[in-house]
Amino acid sequence: MIRFKVNGKEKTFDGDTDMPLLWYLRDVAELTGTKFGCGMALCGACTVHQNGAAIRSCRTPMKDVSGAEITTIEGIAPMHPVQKAWMEIRVPQCGYCQTGQIMQAIALLKDNKNPSDQEIDTAMSGNLCRCGTYQRIRAAIHQAAKETA
Amino acid sequence: MKLIENVSRHVSRRGFLHGALASGVFVLSARFIPEPLWAAEGEAAAPAFEPSLWMSIASDGTVTIVAHRSEMGCGSRTALPLVVADELDADWSKVKIKQAIGDPKYGEQDTDGSHSVRSSFDLMRQVGATGRVMLISAAAAQWGVSPKDCTTEPHFVVHRASGSKLGYGEVAVAAAKLPVPKKEDVPLKSRSEWRYIGKESNSLFDLLEIVTGKAIFGMDATMPGMVYASVEHPPVLGQKIKSYDEKAALKVPGVQKTLTIETFKPPHQFQPLGGVAVIADNTWAAFKGRKSLKIEWDNSPHSVYNSGPFRKTLEATSRQPGKVVRNVGDVDAEFAKGGKIGFKIIEAEYYTPHLAHVSMEPPVAVAEYRDGKVLAWAPTQNPQAVQETIAGVLGIKKEDVTCHVTLLGGAFGRKSIPDQVAEAAVLSKKLGKPVKVVWSREDDIHFDFFHSVAAMYMKAAIGPDGKPTAWLQRTVYPPINSTFDASATYADDEMGLGWNNLPFDIANHRAENGPADYHVRIGWLRSVANIYHAFAIHSFADELAKSANKESVQYLLELIGPPRIVSLDLKGDEAEDAKNYPLDTARLRRVVEIAAEKSGWGKRPMGKGRGMGIAAHRSFLTYVATVVEVEVDSKGQVHIPNVWTAVDAGTVVSPDNIRNQFEGAAVFGASLALFGEITATNGIIDQSNFHNYQIARMNRAPRHIDVHIVESKAPPAGVGEPGVPPFAPALYNAVFAATGKRVRELPLSKVKLA
Repeated sequence: MIRFKVNGKEKTFDGDTDMPLLWYLRDVAELTGTKFGCGMALCGACTVHQNGAAIRSCRTPMKDVSGAEITTIEGIAPMHPVQKAWMEIRVPQCGYCQTGQIMQAIALLKDNKNPSDQEIDTAMSGNLCRCGTYQRIRAAIHQAAKETA
Repeated sequence: MKLIENVSRHVSRRGFLHGALASGVFVLSARFIPEPLWAAEGEAAAPAFEPSLWMSIASDGTVTIVAHRSEMGCGSRTALPLVVADELDADWSKVKIKQAIGDPKYGEQDTDGSHSVRSSFDLMRQVGATGRVMLISAAAAQWGVSPKDCTTEPHFVVHRASGSKLGYGEVAVAAAKLPVPKKEDVPLKSRSEWRYIGKESNSLFDLLEIVTGKAIFGMDATMPGMVYASVEHPPVLGQKIKSYDEKAALKVPGVQKTLTIETFKPPHQFQPLGGVAVIADNTWAAFKGRKSLKIEWDNSPHSVYNSGPFRKTLEATSRQPGKVVRNVGDVDAEFAKGGKIGFKIIEAEYYTPHLAHVSMEPPVAVAEYRDGKVLAWAPTQNPQAVQETIAGVLGIKKEDVTCHVTLLGGAFGRKSIPDQVAEAAVLSKKLGKPVKVVWSREDDIHFDFFHSVAAMYMKAAIGPDGKPTAWLQRTVYPPINSTFDASATYADDEMGLGWNNLPFDIANHRAENGPADYHVRIGWLRSVANIYHAFAIHSFADELAKSANKESVQYLLELIGPPRIVSLDLKGDEAEDAKNYPLDTARLRRVVEIAAEKSGWGKRPMGKGRGMGIAAHRSFLTYVATVVEVEVDSKGQVHIPNVWTAVDAGTVVSPDNIRNQFEGAAVFGASLALFGEITATNGIIDQSNFHNYQIARMNRAPRHIDVHIVESKAPPAGVGEPGVPPFAPALYNAVFAATGKRVRELPLSKVKLA
């Protein structure tokens, strides 16, 4: 039996401990804001926070989340400055990758209040967007940084 | 489902029989061909559930507008209702959007070909304007005044003289009882009266849901009691199962059973590929169980497919005369002058590989078969194709397939084809319960409907002034038609995608197409054949400029020639389009001039390893010119600091969304130009995930993309795709400017630049 927290709520899990956190969140907890994109930690669509740090939930087995505090997009109280900036800059096209992008950006801004373009590129290059909204993501992160400064 | 009924993400049969419009008291419907049907439809219009309705107004003023096109990121689901709301003079904050199911009553629903706004703009305007006239009439009757003395402001009818106002919700019941006016009695707004069309303030209807994770994509759709399925497909197209062993798979926790899906009979069309499905309690168990399957496949004729030798075959064919698709003057006579003084013959060959779509959401669908009928929820560009495909595979009537459309997590043409939805329906019939089929990224890449591999041969005769007097272009690739006819070897619609409509001012010109066999499924990828056609044409144009020692922009303008309507010998839909959208070189020249000016072409110093390139290409009736600036570092790695694009798409609905589309097209173009390549070995696709099929990440994407929209009153044209074709040739021309190296194949990653 694995005990952990998701968005502040106590959870237990006694299934296949090899199951990635992603599929627990989506199929068991029905928190579908976290997306499946590659299953190999290559695209970042599944990004959530484990104890505040961004992780790829598709490569995080349930056995590794014992005792952890997991935060998903559903646990981010709207409107977080990052979400607000995403709306003002009108970042999304299809929107599928954007929850992962937002979770990654929130983690970045937690560690670095005023990232440079270079630092944003480094932090965000693990998150793919096939629609190609990178320019707007970069602008939205700068805007959110200003907002929270 | 939230998108349709605002209830929950769980879908029930009861839910879809009682749609949101059931609560509307004013309903307005119009079929695809409006004129003769307005009156008849009007009489039938009643406050009852009727699936062909376009809009309704409830007593509380809520306006519900039907989106009959899919939302895959291009903004169609927002743009079309915005047009209705504008002509209705509705307050956008009181508008709800209802996503249409697949139904021919809405006309054609395939969200592809960059034509959602183009094809529906006039109709959406009429729908909104008709509603406005009826609301005015109802309010005027209540006041006992003439409708002529009334006008509207958002969501209110206003009596001009007295200033009295009635809300749309207050007169909705009365308006519903009025006859629907004839088209000629419905005035449309003048352009200056538009509140939403063309305005910067427009944003995506689903924006809030997207950033809060509440938006429902196909991956998020569920049905009560459903199980999950993952399918091991035949690795080579057309293979059948000889035998398989399920024992190990069944031992995986959560796995319920395995089921087979029959391999299609050619042509494959949109049918399932066949294979073995693992049915499980959750997606992960289904994936894990699949890894333990042991399957022996039979032989397929497509196992001969090897990309290296196939390239040589295509190239050899491209050197032989092909089928002529456009002929002007006599290129052969001109080439014969090649020996004369001052004349020069230039030849070049270009090659572009297969590409995969890799939308961030892999193919997925949930379907239930019950009592001879199918209910499906899918991220599909074409819900009517879902109906047809499932009906064909299961031998039921198309009308007995109900397809609801979720948001699409990207699509780029892949989701015009619903083979995975048919898999879910087939499995549900076998199991007797709803099934959700989830494709892995590996499934998505291995079993795509690929962008075709292509070889192009180009030849020009150059006169003493450096301008071509003859231009021959030949293109060869497995055609999309092979998906529908296994014997098809020549292209068809692809000829209209940048090959039979060269806009250059050249006295002698011939365009040809040579034959090629298919060995994988070929489909449509964002801008389709324009990608390889534009790559060959605009790379070659730059080669001619350099060979003539001319500056590229000036040479391109000379090639385009004076402002004129280009005479094209077109048939069918293309001829129809040419009437309303003639190929106007003045518009093409203008985008070239704007892109050049915005980029500071020829005015900014380019240091070592830096250069700029240009290409201009009209596709989906939109004129686009793109300038790309590159920096090639000492390791030969290409960086793209700047891109400038000028777009003339005629009348536009949401300018900021259009900028987003063209910014995205530059990144899409960078992905295919820098990295994109799908290859096959013995019929099996070599790539599998984002490590070996790369797309541009933030650190390799163009750093700054500037999009300039040309103001135009011309009819609306496409915006989803036309940004892609000019990107790769503009980038390659920039690489030449930076390094002196002329690369004639995609992608750049295959070539050493340092």
